[in-house]
Amino acid sequence: MLDLKRVSKTFNPGTVNEKVALQNVDLHLEEGDFATIVGSNGAGKSTLFNAIAGEFIADTGTITLAGQDITMMPDYRRSKVIGRMFQDPLKGTAPHMTIEENLALAFLRASHQTSPFSRISKADRALFAEKLSALGLGLEDRMKQPVGLLSGGQRQALTLLMATLVTPKLLLLDEHTAALDPATAEKVLDLTKKIVAEHHITCLMITHNMHDALTLGNRTLLMDHGRIVLDVGGEERTHMTVPELLDRFAQNVGHQLDNDRILLSKDA
Amino acid sequence: MFTVATVLNALELGFIYALVAMALFLSFRVLNIADMTTDGAFTLGCAVSATAAVAGHPFLGLPLAMLSGAVAGFVTAFLQTRLAVPSILAGIITNTGLYTVNLAVMGFSSNVPMLKTETIFTTAQALLGENSPYKLVVAALITVVVCALLILFLGTRLGLSIRATGDNPDMVRASSINTTFTITVGLCIANAMTSLSGAVLAQYQKSADINLGTGMVVIGLASLIIGETLFGRGGMWTKAVAAVAGSVIYRFIIAIALRANVPSECLKLISAVIVALAIAAPALQARAAFRRRRAHAEKEGATRA
Ligand SMILES: Nc1ncnc2c1ncn2[C@@H]1O[C@H](COP(=O)(O)OP(=O)(O)O)[C@@H](O)[C@H]1O
Ligand SMILES: [Mg+2]
Repeated sequence: MLDLKRVSKTFNPGTVNEKVALQNVDLHLEEGDFATIVGSNGAGKSTLFNAIAGEFIADTGTITLAGQDITMMPDYRRSKVIGRMFQDPLKGTAPHMTIEENLALAFLRASHQTSPFSRISKADRALFAEKLSALGLGLEDRMKQPVGLLSGGQRQALTLLMATLVTPKLLLLDEHTAALDPATAEKVLDLTKKIVAEHHITCLMITHNMHDALTLGNRTLLMDHGRIVLDVGGEERTHMTVPELLDRFAQNVGHQLDNDRILLSKDA
Repeated sequence: MFTVATVLNALELGFIYALVAMALFLSFRVLNIADMTTDGAFTLGCAVSATAAVAGHPFLGLPLAMLSGAVAGFVTAFLQTRLAVPSILAGIITNTGLYTVNLAVMGFSSNVPMLKTETIFTTAQALLGENSPYKLVVAALITVVVCALLILFLGTRLGLSIRATGDNPDMVRASSINTTFTITVGLCIANAMTSLSGAVLAQYQKSADINLGTGMVVIGLASLIIGETLFGRGGMWTKAVAAVAGSVIYRFIIAIALRANVPSECLKLISAVIVALAIAAPALQARAAFRRRRAHAEKEGATRA
């Protein structure tokens, strides 16, 4: 489904601020794979997502998504098939536009057949209401309200819905529950699991919760210094504990996982 | 205090200039870009429409003016999106260039007199009769139609994309909106409206002048902000109509100032003050609130000590 071959990225090359953020990253995801990513601060996790989403063109290497070479494709064209969520709930929605308009934007852009002058139809509205009520937050009754009135958790749930309203070929979640309070975070995570499973979405999720990293999805990737240093899946992963995972990491790279926000236990 | 003629006059001008207020609503409010092309685009509209009318095509003059305004907007957008010129500077550059273009359109003369020229207004006069408010009908009709089209447009997929571009650049970067395209379309439409305003005004007052557009961006903003302050709470529909209302009210303020024998040379200064105060209002309010809190805290401190 997704194939990265020797993807590298260096920021500010040739200056004192030179920073190698990705080093020859190879990654292959099967259709329906749900991989979690953990790593030290500055390991290049977000940069990896930016490379896939096309925020910059990788210095070297190729990126293929669903059989199409997207290495040189501009970001706005990639995002027709790549859904994205960030840690900051303010990043994913337009605050002065209504819930309905935000959804329409996500919906109309991803449907290929609509003209630039198409408007929100009755059928669209019914679909939005149905999808919103599935979130269980009562947002279906507030479709004409500006998104700026919603709480962070509500906005994040709406962003999730927008990213998956038209099923994307790939969903990139960059610590999308990290800014929420624990109860809300859990709710959004549950919604994520539900929606991803329902539509068999191929998904990459960055997290600093080690428990989530091992229990969500079917693969766990560990990153360090711009490389993927560990990729566990299958039987091995089912039986792995958090300490074992950390040990494997330390063995592979010769130092401890260094992330000041890492959560080792389930609830914290 | 007001004669019927002054009221009519203020209404007519209010509707004509409302097109500029709506243009700035689109560029300044929706897209969040202070578009300095406005002055030049307004004069461009005057020049094109006057020249077309003198050549015997007053009606053709309006779409031609809109087209040339859209081209001016395109140049500003191109500088900004493709060549990375800061947006304010992009508008100023286009505006400066337009001065020469506008003179050229007027045959390198600084004004085009059209005293005996057929205009859309003389046609309306012939149709509706000398004593009808034909000027108001024409001005209001054009503005209402454009306003309705603008509101409809803002609800389309493209319109929503343009709104999102101004509302949340972060979101737009992560969604499949091509901001180069949305900014370009937005600025083209805004400047087409500004030029249309100039085009109607030139035929209305039967002359075009190279300086007609000077300060237009500030006058348009003053109208927009007056409208927002009085009526602007609500959806897109309310906001677009508020811009029109603001423009009409602005013209009444000007009419009152003129009645009060304020020399017309002072009007630009008055507009500038209105805009500066209105845009500064949130900051002024915040500072006043801070002063009150500090005074309150000092008093508390004094009583406790
Ligand atoms: N746009 C940028 N310009 C310069 N350096 C950057 C940029 N984006 C990220 N970096 C650097 O690249 C490294 C990887 O960053 P990032 O991918 O954000 O890490 P994380 O794994 O914590 O998400 C960091 O050292 C960061 O400072
Ligand atoms: Mg990060």
